[in-house]
Amino acid sequence: MTITKAETLPIRSGDDVVRVRQRVRALAIEIGLGLVDQTKIVTAASELARNTLDYGGGGDVRTEIVQAGTRKGLRLIFEDQGPGIADIEQAMTDHYTSGGGLGLGLGGAKRLSNEFHIESTPGAGTRVTIARWK
Amino acid sequence: MTMDGTEVLTRTVTEDEATILDGWTGALRESASLQGGRIREAELQTQAKAVLGQFRDALVAGGLDADGESYAPLRETLADISRSRAIQGFTPTDTANFVFSLKEPVFEALRLKSGADASAQAAGMWAGGKVIDRLGLQTMEVFLASREEVIGRQGQEIAELSTPVVRLWDGILALPLIGTLDSARTGVVMENLLQAIVDEEAEIAIIDITGVPTVDTLVAQHLLKTVAAARLMGADCIVSGIRPQIAQTMVHLGVELNVVSKATLADAFAVALRRTGRKVVRQQVPTEGRG
Repeated sequence: MTITKAETLPIRSGDDVVRVRQRVRALAIEIGLGLVDQTKIVTAASELARNTLDYGGGGDVRTEIVQAGTRKGLRLIFEDQGPGIADIEQAMTDHYTSGGGLGLGLGGAKRLSNEFHIESTPGAGTRVTIARWK
Repeated sequence: MTMDGTEVLTRTVTEDEATILDGWTGALRESASLQGGRIREAELQTQAKAVLGQFRDALVAGGLDADGESYAPLRETLADISRSRAIQGFTPTDTANFVFSLKEPVFEALRLKSGADASAQAAGMWAGGKVIDRLGLQTMEVFLASREEVIGRQGQEIAELSTPVVRLWDGILALPLIGTLDSARTGVVMENLLQAIVDEEAEIAIIDITGVPTVDTLVAQHLLKTVAAARLMGADCIVSGIRPQIAQTMVHLGVELNVVSKATLADAFAVALRRTGRKVVRQQVPTEGRG
């Protein structure tokens, strides 16, 4: 599996979340994802970017276009140095929220992606990786 | 003899003001400032004359301290010029060059004045460069602040423009949403909608999200809050404009909009008419033809 294109975008404000969405949409179109898959990865990116901002205190996202054989995919790695998540299983549960949201962001992002990986160290930060393959 | 750059500079600017002004307006005329036709030559000349006059006064009174009290009138004039240029659509380069192009005639005057005294010339140039650079930077700061002001105002205007409440029929309102639905805009939307419900005595409000590119959990939450608030006011809501890809995404997200929803605004309007006891029928084709 090779990475053909990578870049890093900051997530420091609400405007950055909008920019992340626009960039992810452009990349999804670039690798030829259909309209539904575009919408899915953009929505997942929106959820995770907002989590990075609201719960992680800001961070950044690394976008990668990956190629495995003839398949192309888009991988997004959201990283923050925030307080971290003590109980990942609980955080992944639908309708659980430690803030004021609907509590569907993390679980939803997982269902909207082909690959989902989360690692978090309390006090050190959180890293969420998702990928969508064509 | 120790050379005081400030003194050399002040003397040069005071004594050779007319020559410097000529050189400066010449340089301004050649630069891009005039070429767009955004500003008349006479206006440019008046500005240059006023700025140079105040520059001389400031030098005499306060030396090189461009942030000091004596430079206040000059800073004010430059800020006005800068602000009007931001509005007139000048480029940042044009605006900065207005001040920076003063350097050349000042340096030229210093060169002539100092004659063979190289240290006096160098000291004068250093002083002149320092103070003109500072003034140029201040001009840019004001220029950027004015631009930001323009952008901020446009943002506000867009927020107000993009959340109109439209009356479709007696008691039926439509709220076409366009763009990103963040917390600030949701506030405006909700306020407009609730006020319109009171004003129009509306029974049904149709919220159309055709123009919302991404519906994530935050947007869904904002929608649900708006719907709940409208319900408390006695109006039912219908959400329309849910495109196929949005529908699939919302299912995966696990968001449930506990509200009647339709694919298009037309469908939603039909439902609203039916609920208010109305029906749209095709008019009979008149038996007498048009001739």
